[in-house]
Amino acid sequence: MTDLTLNSTHLSSGAQMHQRREKKVRRLLLAPSLLTILIIGVLPLSVVLIYSFLEPGSYGGVKWHFSVDAYVQLLFEADIFDGTLSFTTAYLEIFWRSISLAIMATVGCLLVGFPTAYFIATQPPERRNIWLFLITIPFWTNLLIRTYAMLLILRDEGVINIGLQNIGVIDQALPLLYTEFAVSLGLIYSFLPFMVLPIYSSMEKFDFRLVEAGFDLYATRLKVLWRIIVPIAKPGIAAGCILVFIPSLGAYITPEVLGGGKSMMIGNLIHAQFGGARNWPFGAAIALILMAVVLVSLWVYMRRTGEEGGLSHG
Amino acid sequence: MANVKALSPMNVFKKDKAVDLKYQPGFSQIAWLCLIVLYAPIVVLVMFSFNANRSVTTWTEFSWNWYIKAWHNEGIQSAAIMSFEVATISALLATIMATMAALVTTRITPYKGMSSAITIINQPLMVPEIVTAVATLVFFAAIRKITGVTGIGYLIAAHTCFCIPFAYMPIKARLEGMNLNLEHAAADLYASPIQAFRRVTLPLLMPGIVSGAMLAFIVSIDDVVISLFVAGPGETTLPLFILGQIRRGVTPEVNAVATVFLIISVILVTFIFLFGKNKK
Repeated sequence: MTDLTLNSTHLSSGAQMHQRREKKVRRLLLAPSLLTILIIGVLPLSVVLIYSFLEPGSYGGVKWHFSVDAYVQLLFEADIFDGTLSFTTAYLEIFWRSISLAIMATVGCLLVGFPTAYFIATQPPERRNIWLFLITIPFWTNLLIRTYAMLLILRDEGVINIGLQNIGVIDQALPLLYTEFAVSLGLIYSFLPFMVLPIYSSMEKFDFRLVEAGFDLYATRLKVLWRIIVPIAKPGIAAGCILVFIPSLGAYITPEVLGGGKSMMIGNLIHAQFGGARNWPFGAAIALILMAVVLVSLWVYMRRTGEEGGLSHG
Repeated sequence: MANVKALSPMNVFKKDKAVDLKYQPGFSQIAWLCLIVLYAPIVVLVMFSFNANRSVTTWTEFSWNWYIKAWHNEGIQSAAIMSFEVATISALLATIMATMAALVTTRITPYKGMSSAITIINQPLMVPEIVTAVATLVFFAAIRKITGVTGIGYLIAAHTCFCIPFAYMPIKARLEGMNLNLEHAAADLYASPIQAFRRVTLPLLMPGIVSGAMLAFIVSIDDVVISLFVAGPGETTLPLFILGQIRRGVTPEVNAVATVFLIISVILVTFIFLFGKNKK
């Protein structure tokens, strides 16, 4: 900063004018995108915050009365007759289910994604590209359509059930669809590329002579994997986990299509408040809580990766 | 395979699995499993879109029947047009804004506020989609109430906003990989900054811009959650139409529409992938 100010005093007036013009151009070029995002992306979040402290209107919308009901409602149920509050776990259960399903999806993606990414990284370059391309395609295809495809597989009349019945393993269709199992499977299926790609990019430039060195020192394959490969892939694993966990936690489509009433997640609960339930403040409050959870996990992620980076550089 | 020859010292240095340093047991099988898991449902969906029978379970005979039915379905027609309109306009707007922003956030000496500008551009990626959807809904509802203005503009505005970071990424990457000397050469040859931009920078930047526009288009046309909250009556996009159909039950028409949708996405992604490869 001090350097800059020192320099500017030495600049001729022509250069100063040039600098001023550059600044103007810079502002002009940045303004449209920044204003769009600030107005449509950021400002509405503060409206959500305000709405969460208001009373619901009878036909959707809000009444301009300050109230903390939206947050109280999360834990306590008001009696219809006398309005006394009693503790309820209904919404906590939905939160807990969302978190556990998101964790299951993350672990599932890691178990499949890590070996896949490692395998791709060990392939010759041309083959790597084909694999990456094949992993990337689902990443950019419509999530709803892919979830619908999963529904076709898991249905009572779906490929799995009909196949198993034809072989004679089962007599009656297994109830696969509309369960938490279906939702977690759907989440894994949806977000698997988010796990594979960052892990791959952390291993892409891996020097396999380190593995050779490990073997020279009498390490077993498992030890080489655990003590050499996994530590190197760690930033990718961390990034992959956060990239799977966050969208899983806020998932709407997957539980909507594959889950039943018993496997509702936060996303569906929020949507219901703006649809049939018509309780906008409550919906706003849940959305904010979801965002807070996401921001906290991002913060933890950034702090931990920051620390590790600091250590290795220090 | 445990013959004497394999055990001879000469063979230890051969590249078979026993000495392949990179080999980890079971990993290749898992990788193939991963690929099967990713593609099997899609294959089933595409297959049954060509099934003559109404069933989405048992295969009878090949037929284009459901594609013809879907083509003549008015609901699908208007939803497809709506999706195309929204995605084209949003992608165009987002790409123009992202290009402008990318030009002043790369390759120049960092200035005060540049990193916060980049953070703002990436903001739509940080917030969960459903939260963005809620926020946009309440915000636009308030504006609608105050101004009385209705229409498709709200949906386009919402899409443009979350498309910006997607359009920005490849353009920024392209700019970062570009050679500054060419622009300097143009300036040395007395090209004005605008001439240098139009004749040198822009043509070189074009692959990035095209990739960015395509990404923005895909992201917009695929969007479900934000459209679900923001779209007004009569603004049903194709994914919203499909969602409505799925809620009512599985029909082969949906398979046909979904297949066409998938093919378009795959073509666009292939394009972007090939463009990206040319860069290196």
